[in-house]
Amino acid sequence: MLQQIIDRRLAGRNKSIGNRERFLRRHREQVRDAVRRAVNGRGIRDMERGEDIRIPKKDISEPVFGHGPGGTRETVHPGNREYVVGDHIERPKGGAGNGTGPGEAGDSVEGEDDFVFHLSKEEFMQIFFDDLALPRMTRTQLAETPEWKSHRAGFVRDGTPSNLSIVRSLRGAIGRRLAMGALARAELRELEQQLLSATADSNDMSRAELDARIETLRRRLSRIPHLDPIDLRFRSRVKLPVPTTKAVMFCLMDVSGSMDEARKELSKRFFILLYLFLTRHYDKIDLVFIRHHTQAQEVDEENFFHARETGGTVVSSALVLMDEIIKARYSLAEWNIYGAQASDGDNWHHDSGRCRELLSEHLLPACRYFAYVQVADEEQNLWEEYTRLQQDHPHFAMRKVTQASQIYPVFRELFRKEAVAA
Amino acid sequence: MSGFPGERRVSVGAPPRCPNDRRRAERQALKAPRPRGERPRGPLPDPSDWSFDLIEQYHEAIRETAQRFGLDTYPNQLEIITAEQMMDAYASVGMPVNYRHWSYGKEFIANEKNYRRGHMGLAYEIVINSDPCISYLMEENTTAMQALVIAHAAYGHNSFFKGNYLFKLWTDASSIIDYLVYAKNYIAECEDRHGMLQVEELLDSCHALQNYGVDRYRRPNKLSLAAESAQRKERLEHAQSQVNDLWRTLPNRPGRADDAADAKRFPAELQENILYFIEKNAPLLEPWQREIVRIVRKIAQYFYPQRQTQVMNEGWATFWHHQLLNTMYDDGYLTDGVMIEWLKSHTNVIYQPPVGHKAYSGLNPYALGFAMFSDVKRICEAPTAEDRQWFPDIAGQAWLPTLDHAMRNFKDESFIGQYLSPKLMRDLRLFAVVDDENADKLSVSAIHDAAGFRRLREALSRQYDLGSREPDIQVWNVDLRGDRSLTLRHTCHNNRPLHEGAQEVLKHAARLWGFGVKLDSVDASGATVQQLAAAAPVH
Repeated sequence: MLQQIIDRRLAGRNKSIGNRERFLRRHREQVRDAVRRAVNGRGIRDMERGEDIRIPKKDISEPVFGHGPGGTRETVHPGNREYVVGDHIERPKGGAGNGTGPGEAGDSVEGEDDFVFHLSKEEFMQIFFDDLALPRMTRTQLAETPEWKSHRAGFVRDGTPSNLSIVRSLRGAIGRRLAMGALARAELRELEQQLLSATADSNDMSRAELDARIETLRRRLSRIPHLDPIDLRFRSRVKLPVPTTKAVMFCLMDVSGSMDEARKELSKRFFILLYLFLTRHYDKIDLVFIRHHTQAQEVDEENFFHARETGGTVVSSALVLMDEIIKARYSLAEWNIYGAQASDGDNWHHDSGRCRELLSEHLLPACRYFAYVQVADEEQNLWEEYTRLQQDHPHFAMRKVTQASQIYPVFRELFRKEAVAA
Repeated sequence: MSGFPGERRVSVGAPPRCPNDRRRAERQALKAPRPRGERPRGPLPDPSDWSFDLIEQYHEAIRETAQRFGLDTYPNQLEIITAEQMMDAYASVGMPVNYRHWSYGKEFIANEKNYRRGHMGLAYEIVINSDPCISYLMEENTTAMQALVIAHAAYGHNSFFKGNYLFKLWTDASSIIDYLVYAKNYIAECEDRHGMLQVEELLDSCHALQNYGVDRYRRPNKLSLAAESAQRKERLEHAQSQVNDLWRTLPNRPGRADDAADAKRFPAELQENILYFIEKNAPLLEPWQREIVRIVRKIAQYFYPQRQTQVMNEGWATFWHHQLLNTMYDDGYLTDGVMIEWLKSHTNVIYQPPVGHKAYSGLNPYALGFAMFSDVKRICEAPTAEDRQWFPDIAGQAWLPTLDHAMRNFKDESFIGQYLSPKLMRDLRLFAVVDDENADKLSVSAIHDAAGFRRLREALSRQYDLGSREPDIQVWNVDLRGDRSLTLRHTCHNNRPLHEGAQEVLKHAARLWGFGVKLDSVDASGATVQQLAAAAPVH
């Protein structure tokens, strides 16, 4: 009766992926909300993982007709220990008499209120970044990427002695020698034959002639060079441009007295988003944290977000420090440089003009993108000065943010696909 | 499904088989097991890792043993699958192919989560009521577990699918896979043509009503892929013309009394199959939408026998793996290690936590079914005076034909009503509780004593009656002359109201119907106790 045993293990993997996609699409809004919430709650380096998504049970339930509580029903249960006919039992709490009824609709294994499932890291990031792409990051700038990698590209006729391919050269030489000597050798063989038969005839005249001819041919053959410059082959290597896979992200934040915790929190989220976004495009990302009040200082992440400072504000100090760090550690040829600056817009008023100059002359030419976020509403001179930059520098963006909920839209706008914007 | 962790069976059928099947049904069950053949030289090898060769050896031994008991099965097809594929199959209601829908994705996610957390042991097996009968063996199973699954699924369930009258009446094992392939392709085509959202909404609405897309008393048409495709176009056109005819607005003939016509309901009689009624009469559905309604309805129909034979089906399969593997041990096929391993699993499967236990979630169908079939066998072989009084027909008779008869001709409701013995009620310590909303407390109406046996048995039998488990809702009327609204009638039994999901279901019904849908709940005296309504969807 056994028809066959079939090994299905290799067939049809991930068959339900289509169903999962449909499920995620149907609950896209909830999933997106959950992703947004998760981003707000996480640390800056802690983004690259999945997330548990919670969807209220009622939102995913599939309604069917069923009996509700009420009316009269009789149910049979096993394991009677104490009851006799006529005993009265308190209704179990929660839903009149519903709890122990076998066969009740909805009496399934789970009693939780929410449907929880795990969004994989990839899905999380995909939803997060959805239709974003880095500005000017289309790899069309291959030409201007200054990093090169050398690849083998066959053999060429000239090159440096260190690249000489001996095997190739000698093989060519053998071929050339065979080719050049072919006619002479054939004639030589024939004459030698004649010489042998001539000996028998003992015709002296023709014999001397043959000897001379053979001698000439032998000489000619011996003149064919063993190795000729024309034989030489050199290993060829060409340099191909490779896209840069390293990026450095500068986080600049004002930590002066006017920046309270809420504003720092806003800034932090902005940095997180940029950081996350960069991780999509670069293998290696360096983070540089520069905080400033009247003086700028490079610090670690912990100190960047949590240390408190007081005092006035000189924004240019941070820009100067950033410029110095770029020059010292991040050569433009190797690194993609991104700048993200957050501030409440408060600045020593003589300083703002200098900030603009620093940016337009030193930093913006070096940066692939520079984003400025002002976490306060009022427009002060720094905002005005920066506004002037926007005209000439398409890769400079600025925006105001006053609530946590505005960060995500701001982020989207800052990094919207160029094609869409155009 | 009970909350029982371990194993789960899914079976599906298709419309009935051709009449020559009846010949098979008439074959006589064996009076007694055939004598065993030559004793094997030694037990089958039992490394924990299985191999294809081993599976074949075990299958052969199980097959021989099953033949000794005269189990009549479809040919078997064993398929080795991974855990992930098992969850795939779970998610799409146990079928190897099915159309795409988000709810299956939800199922998969829920199963996967529970599996990973270790909340749920995966089913050891899934078996599909098809010809040949497909049983899935999971690659993680040990050799002993594979043997258990083969005995349970490929011989237990398989023979039940082939023998039970409900499956014979409602399913056609040979065409189900074909039909599902057709359904999947058709729905994918509709998604391409009409958009995913449209199809999804339609399927949602159909799923909400799928338990009411079942014919309970009529024989549906036989289906096959070729015939289905060929007939589809013709049928759709015809259906559309019928619908149009129904809604034709001809001027009234002068001199004819309109009142009588108005008073007449359409449909003239209650219609239990709501999806069928919608498929045939909904005014605004496009032909492709009618076809999808039909597909959902057909698939719901396949599951109808299965929903009515859970206790019997599981009980039968469990009884037979127990019987077969024990016999094989006696015959010298199985080692002690294999026995211990499957018995451990078997014990888990038939565990029945008592009421009040934190794992309690109603009667475990495996436990009840296994106990009942074993008990029937006991009554045949060693009847007591009580058994002779209660079961004069079967006490002392040959057990094989008795069990065979029980398997073929009953469903859960009637099986329990017929065969639940006083001894078993005592063993399980069953008791019945009445929950009356007018009383402050629950009251115990019957326990496992002489006075309570009959009432207990009736109550338990009713508990497995689909007709009382699900609210009785049928098509009552269509307002042909007015707003075209559809009225459904819910006949309350024991004053049990609908739960709050009903309003949502009505919205789905309205989406399918295209106009407003009302639901009247009517009690035993004919008085309307509750009215629900869903407005016409915005077109």
